[in-house]
Amino acid sequence: AMASCRVPLVLLACGQYKVVGGIVSPVSDGYGKQGLVPAKHRIAMARLALQSSNWVTVDEWESQQPDWTETVSHDHPLTLTNARISVHRLTYVRGKLESYPQPPNCKMTTLPTKPQSEACLYSKSNILCCLALLSGPSPQLKLLCGADFLSTFKIPGLWLEDHVEELVKRFGLVCVSRGSLLPERAVHESDTLFRHRENIFLVREWVRNETSATEVRRALRRGLSVKYLIPDSVLEYIHQHNLYTEDSERRNEGTALRPLIKQAHQPIKSLDD
Amino acid sequence: MDNPGVSKVVLLACGSFNPITNMHMRMFELARDHLEDTGQYSVTKGIISPVGDGYKKKGLVEACHRVEMARLATESSGWITVDSWESQQSEWVETVKVVRHHQEELLAAEHNKDDVDTVKCAKKRRIEENSFESSDHHRKLDGPRLMLLCGADVLESFGVPNLWKQEDIAELAGRYGVVCVTRSGSDPYKFINQSDELWRHRKNIHVVHEWVTNEISATHVRRSLRRGRSVRYLLPDAVIRYIQEHSLYSAESEQKNADVILAPFQKYCDASTS
Repeated sequence: AMASCRVPLVLLACGQYKVVGGIVSPVSDGYGKQGLVPAKHRIAMARLALQSSNWVTVDEWESQQPDWTETVSHDHPLTLTNARISVHRLTYVRGKLESYPQPPNCKMTTLPTKPQSEACLYSKSNILCCLALLSGPSPQLKLLCGADFLSTFKIPGLWLEDHVEELVKRFGLVCVSRGSLLPERAVHESDTLFRHRENIFLVREWVRNETSATEVRRALRRGLSVKYLIPDSVLEYIHQHNLYTEDSERRNEGTALRPLIKQAHQPIKSLDD
Repeated sequence: MDNPGVSKVVLLACGSFNPITNMHMRMFELARDHLEDTGQYSVTKGIISPVGDGYKKKGLVEACHRVEMARLATESSGWITVDSWESQQSEWVETVKVVRHHQEELLAAEHNKDDVDTVKCAKKRRIEENSFESSDHHRKLDGPRLMLLCGADVLESFGVPNLWKQEDIAELAGRYGVVCVTRSGSDPYKFINQSDELWRHRKNIHVVHEWVTNEISATHVRRSLRRGRSVRYLLPDAVIRYIQEHSLYSAESEQKNADVILAPFQKYCDASTS
């Protein structure tokens, strides 16, 4: 079973795919996660970090979307609605990509919203990353994520099966291992993921690097050095704007994530990994 | 202003730095934060001392490159510097001798500030040379004191037969001090506990825990480079550019010294057979 999970990796290594671009899409302020500083800062920092990259860019579209509550549907938890939006957006983006024969400059303004699955305790990035892969005539768009993100698919009530299906079947995932978390296990534990395993690329990060934004914020609050964990330009920006403090970490404290506010179904059971 | 209760410290890191990585730089930052957090120390300087080619480690590229890469990596730092003295020696130099050399340089620099104290200090130093067993002797030292900065793997290498001389370990831990930066998975306290020599000087061994597990190793970096993989964001960009410009790491470079005995082993072999 795992063998077929490995096939895409082999194809990738054999040059079937050429990665033409990377897009970093920070979440909007309406997401409501604790400690989230204003989107304009997060966009600025991402831009600074990616200044020297010749293939990864930052896109602001998602960060400018209005508050999640406006998109609530009464029939489904918000999480599922946003998974729906995610698929819609990915489709739209792919459509735009198809009209560009050359690798896009990534100036696209429409990008998928991130599926609202971050209620769990995993340390997560609030950044949606996409890879535009070129294979055959039209570029494909794939969702780039860490193994911790993939593991959320098995949390009951957080995702609707056919939405996950659409996401994985029509677009695909590129999943990077995180710490001791192996994406193979998440694929194994989800029938939907397993069914579309040929569309899931698993990347093993051999250098175990658990630098997390949570740790960086914690160190900054305590006046400890984070040099060499983040680019100097971002570090400078943080100090100039005095971004991460005990106050900033308390933002949205006690508020449930927007996605979960409308969670009417069974409460999420213990989220221990 | 100098606070009399606070000792000035300079951190010295020895190693191959083949090549230098962000993990090495991070080690300095962690150590400084830890020491200053105790309220007893003020870290004034960091020194990177790449090992000489005479060390004969497998895959070791020329010292001139390693020194230059380290220089590029420290450009953006206001307190960490590179010293090439060790790398310029024709034979491999034991770590304790490198430490002694730098401590003497530091003291000399201090004494140059005030010649009147020279005689007094020389006398003090002679007395201390005979009593570095005392754990708080260092407080009597004038000028900044040197501490060896290393990872847990180096501390644990103290146990490898013939790699270190016992009296050198005693001097490093007793007279100078060791700052050991550790990652999850290694337990320096256990190792210290199992060594009588280290246990005796445990107050002088500072263990710094790296909570953000960061296992960037130079070995992995070289491997990635050989395989044409990206090492972006693992090392400073300037160092990556240098490596590319000089085509430094290849399958060939990794075979250097493949059939040569590591200098410390050679030295102790010769010593035991003479």
